[in-house]
Amino acid sequence: MTMRRLINLKRVEARRIYLTYAVVIAAYVICQVMSSTKFLSSSMRGMLVPICAYMVMSVSLNLVVGISGELSLGHAGFMSVGAFSGVASAILMQGVITNAPVRLALAMIVAAVFAAFAGFVIGIPVLRLKGDYLAIVTLAFGEIIKSLLNNFYFGMDSQGLHFSMLTDTTRLLKGGRLIIRGPMGISGIQKIATFPAGFILLMIALMVVFNLVNSRSGRAFMAIRDDRIAAESIGLDITKYKMMAFVTSAALAGAAGALFAMNYSTIVANKFDFNTSILILVFVVLGGQGNMLGGIIAAAVLTILPEKLRQFSDYRMLLYAIILIVMMLATNNDEIKNFLNRINPFRRKEAE
Amino acid sequence: MKAKTKYVPVPSKAILPDRDAARDPVLECVNLGITLGGIKAVDNFNLTIGRTEIAGLIGPNGAGKTTVFNLLTKVYQPTTGTILLNGRDTHGMNTMQVNRAGIARTFQNIRLFRNLSVVDNVKAAMNNEMHYNMFSAILRLPNYRREEVAAHRRALKLLSIFDMQNMADVPAGSLPYGAQRRLEIVRALATNPSLLLLDEPAAGMNPSETADLMDNIRKVHEMFQIAIILIEHDMSLVMNICEGICVLNFGQIIAKGTPDEIQNNPAVIEAYLGRRKEV
Ligand SMILES: Nc1ncnc2c1ncn2[C@@H]1O[C@H](COP(=O)(O)OP(=O)(O)OP(=O)(O)O)[C@@H](O)[C@H]1O
Ligand SMILES: [Mg+2]
Repeated sequence: MTMRRLINLKRVEARRIYLTYAVVIAAYVICQVMSSTKFLSSSMRGMLVPICAYMVMSVSLNLVVGISGELSLGHAGFMSVGAFSGVASAILMQGVITNAPVRLALAMIVAAVFAAFAGFVIGIPVLRLKGDYLAIVTLAFGEIIKSLLNNFYFGMDSQGLHFSMLTDTTRLLKGGRLIIRGPMGISGIQKIATFPAGFILLMIALMVVFNLVNSRSGRAFMAIRDDRIAAESIGLDITKYKMMAFVTSAALAGAAGALFAMNYSTIVANKFDFNTSILILVFVVLGGQGNMLGGIIAAAVLTILPEKLRQFSDYRMLLYAIILIVMMLATNNDEIKNFLNRINPFRRKEAE
Repeated sequence: MKAKTKYVPVPSKAILPDRDAARDPVLECVNLGITLGGIKAVDNFNLTIGRTEIAGLIGPNGAGKTTVFNLLTKVYQPTTGTILLNGRDTHGMNTMQVNRAGIARTFQNIRLFRNLSVVDNVKAAMNNEMHYNMFSAILRLPNYRREEVAAHRRALKLLSIFDMQNMADVPAGSLPYGAQRRLEIVRALATNPSLLLLDEPAAGMNPSETADLMDNIRKVHEMFQIAIILIEHDMSLVMNICEGICVLNFGQIIAKGTPDEIQNNPAVIEAYLGRRKEV
């Protein structure tokens, strides 16, 4: 038995996983080279970090939608929890930890923890629901997170940390700093997010999701997705595994949110609205549910596309919508799928 | 009638009281009943199954056989009665807990994890005997590897009972019908049950497949020394394999006994052939 056999990956599946890692690493190297040889326009260079963040969002939502089979429409909510908690903690750490990459890493961990906690709290009521109901309630929670953050004030002075809701009643002492300012969000962010950091986060996200999927937890996620009653009949704890997938996904989304936010000098809660949640869902659906590489590519294409369409000014969103529809139809078309299957040596053959 | 567990106030109604009287039964149902859609789908159902008994549950279509399985596994909560599993009252348990307490089942309408491979279907059922946590899995720690290897070996061994080890990597949904039914049995066995419920395992199989299935069920029974309840319309299978048979009609037990007794029971014949017209 080879090692691969020991950890029980079917060859097709193992190849698909290695292919995903390989494509991501290759893309990273190419972008780094292009960027250092000034081959990449400055607008494109500025998009590298957001693209990484969206790729991580795509991978993380794929865990819930593709692997667990639950439709979640509020994923941007976890991204914003991560963005705000990550940036706020980075600002708090500014004086203590001077090394920017270390601060970024710590901020992303804090962000992941906060988002995971939000995922847990929301998961308790949401995961009792099924199908469309679950989707609608996650949508509602996404909006709730947005309006909570829009009304949240948080600052620090020599007395310690202060926060308030609705209006700013933190009454900071002189020399204190109001970090989160309700609808104004956070400004004066040090842009410490870097492309290598985004790449590492994406690799970690892929490792977490792939290794989880190929473990007893992943089998449980997919078993519950395929047949809930049968899963119960073999003694699987439905609530536990749904929660595990949901919280893991939220944690990854939180880290992505922190990375995303620290690429800008200002961040507001309205950036993470329903449209963003849908956009992330579109990555997953377009890339193929459960297909991580597809979702990653879709994230890259759909983030770059609006930029590339900028020259069409007024018609930009119209063209974007048309291209999106065409892509959806194309990836859903059986003949095109068969064609892709034929030229793709990594897909499983139908006859097997 | 000396088989009395300390938990049950009523005498054991084992189909084969002599053989299993000496040992505590694996299952005892007392006055089990449920009302579904206004009708009593199962009513006053009393049955005791010995620790290593193979029992048949037969009856015409719509008699309530599958409903009995759904009651035992708590897919439905009974409206009346008690279920004792290994002497323990299963009141308040859900499907998952009943499985952990020792009941595993197959489904009349096949319910496999279609997108999982054959071996993963079996390993999914071995989840509760693995103990590594998600961090071991993500970091691929030694205990992940050790438990996965052990589970994989055991899954292949279970599959080999039904000659399915060479299909291990095929997606379950693409298996032929008969193989899907067998995989459901393997998956149920993987949970280490003390009572195995088979709901029409031979449905849709051809005669040679049915004969193989019969051998396999015997083999499983011998290897694991567990109790089995079999719902089946194929009478040759039931009569050949079952030590005791319980006949259900309109939700009521109309007869219990050995295959010979059942075959010659007028009430059973009537239930199957219909009431003879009065002249
Ligand atoms: N969920 C339900 N709601 C209402 N009625 C039900 C429900 N489930 C079963 N029934 C009814 O209970 C009766 C018994 O059904 P059951 O499926 O147990 O029969 P069965 O003996 O397994 O029949 P078959 O041999 O066709 O599988 C039937 O009349 C059926 O219509
Ligand atoms: Mg039935």
